[in-house]
Amino acid sequence: MSQAEAEPARSRNPVRSRYPMRPRHPVGPRTPQRPRSPLWTLGLLRSEITTLLRRHRTFALLGVLAAVPVLIGIAVRIETGGGGGGAGGPDGAAGPAFLAQVTANGLFLVFAALAATLPVFLPMAVGVVAGDAVAGEASSGTLRYLLVAPAGRTRLLLVKYASVLAFCLVATLVVAASALAVGALLFPVGEVTTISGTRIGFGEGLVRAALTALVVAVSLTGFAALGLFVSTLTGSGIGAMAATVGLLITVQILDSIPQLGAVHPYLFSHYWMSFADVLREPVHWDDLTKNFQLQGLYVAVFGSAAWARFTAKDITA
Amino acid sequence: MTTTGTVAADTAGAAGVADTAPVIRTRGLTKRYRGGQLAVDGLDLTVPAGSVFGFLGPNGSGKTTTIRMLVGLIDPTSGTAEVLGHPMPAAARTVLPEVGALIEGPALYGFLNGRDNLLRYDRADPTADPRTRRARVGEALERVGLAAASGKKAKAYSLGMKQRLGLAAALLRPRRLLVLDEPVNGLDPQGMREIRSLVRELAAEGTTVFLSSHLLDEIEQVCTHAAVMARGRLIVQGPVADLAASARGRLAVTTPDPGDAARILREHGLTGLSAEGDRLTADAPPAAVDLADLNAALVAGGVRVRFFGAERGSLEDAFVALTGEGFDVAG
Repeated sequence: MSQAEAEPARSRNPVRSRYPMRPRHPVGPRTPQRPRSPLWTLGLLRSEITTLLRRHRTFALLGVLAAVPVLIGIAVRIETGGGGGGAGGPDGAAGPAFLAQVTANGLFLVFAALAATLPVFLPMAVGVVAGDAVAGEASSGTLRYLLVAPAGRTRLLLVKYASVLAFCLVATLVVAASALAVGALLFPVGEVTTISGTRIGFGEGLVRAALTALVVAVSLTGFAALGLFVSTLTGSGIGAMAATVGLLITVQILDSIPQLGAVHPYLFSHYWMSFADVLREPVHWDDLTKNFQLQGLYVAVFGSAAWARFTAKDITA
Repeated sequence: MTTTGTVAADTAGAAGVADTAPVIRTRGLTKRYRGGQLAVDGLDLTVPAGSVFGFLGPNGSGKTTTIRMLVGLIDPTSGTAEVLGHPMPAAARTVLPEVGALIEGPALYGFLNGRDNLLRYDRADPTADPRTRRARVGEALERVGLAAASGKKAKAYSLGMKQRLGLAAALLRPRRLLVLDEPVNGLDPQGMREIRSLVRELAAEGTTVFLSSHLLDEIEQVCTHAAVMARGRLIVQGPVADLAASARGRLAVTTPDPGDAARILREHGLTGLSAEGDRLTADAPPAAVDLADLNAALVAGGVRVRFFGAERGSLEDAFVALTGEGFDVAG
């Protein structure tokens, strides 16, 4: 098909060696080059995701995330079991933390755990994975072999981002699943009282919980793109992870300074807590939409920046 | 056996046709890093098809930068590089599936075993056929002698085993060009011998092998052609036999009377004398001087000669003569 293929497959035929090297098991004459399937990146994507999931580090990160709901659940249980009173004070002050409702309905532990992990733990884990995505391969030298394979720079970057997104989803689901299990184990479950005060069935509550997890995962996509961009800037995996997590903390601090109100709507974490609106009846979409738009903007800007940087970069590591 | 013979004949025929077009051709290839350092300076390199091409030079002479430009990891500042007849890095996706490369040592995923490392590298190549993937990985492991250790985590591999796995990655598919940067680093003498015979075997199959090394012995033993780089510039390139022949030979005399011998040789106009114990060497005399006369003069002068003869120039002599310096790291 390509010009290179026009030449007869001269070196492809197994030739018995004149040298007593290693026994060679010929695979047979090479079949003609397969037409490139439209799903041509799936092999690499699968490899990328399984490689990510086979690292001890990934398990450690997911383990920490799974432990957070356990800790919250046990703390709330001990608190209410000992004192007998409500955990979060009067209902009016409960807010998006949902802790007060956990004792009455274990399903609320899902929302409480997501609210507790979204500001720091979840993005930190994503920052580690995204920051390491390209820089880690560069520092271990494997990047040069992927590129001469040839993985293709754009293809490799897309696959890297896709695997980081997969990690965002998996990490969020781990928190939600752990919270659901702990909540069901330690507390009664049943009908859910929405923030709006109406009651919905447990099944509908589960759907809302899943939707919330999805919203939280999407909330992380902008930061993931930022992390990937940082990752293309350096050849040091540790440096990229540190810089990405440093950016997260900086943005969180900026978002908490009222005098900087003008820039707040542009900070990737500003609308993160809007996921609580999923629990209103009907669902309150205003801030959720703003969140999605902001994440889309970050993905577009930093995705393009990462692409521009990575495709033009000299790979010297 | 008859089929094998036919295949071998076909291979030779195809190689003969391919001889017309060089596998690697660079014109004025230059790389200046952002710091202003000129790593490669106006390189005009031609690697003939079917050759085992030795790419020589001290550490820091620009060999690796050149190789990285050839495989598209680094963009040249100016000049062009063609690999397998296509411009690089523009045609990387067409060219690279037919190029196996070992660049600056192996790089592996320590938490994966040897086999999974190769599977990952093979999956990175969109033109590699997934149906034959496992078989090809197994074959590559066999070829470098790692089949038995393929289930071990790569972080537990010795440097030599890592080097073998890196080579296996370069051999995942039949290649038209193999680029091997310092392939014998970290290998024991047995491993070095195996790599040499592997290189010869691949060359016999028609693969062009581009081999960088700072070990001159290595080049002399396996290469048909060689190029020498120093301080970013190409000093010479050509068939190894021609390069070695261009080196001037040495006259060697072994005698218990080196002092007298040196005096007599100097009287006969020989230069570059040096003595180590009872062994005395000098630059080979001009063609007009008959070695037999020199020997007679030594004996007549009372020098007891144990050994007397001319030594053929080695590639190392050629190298030293060309660079005008030792084989040291460039500053």
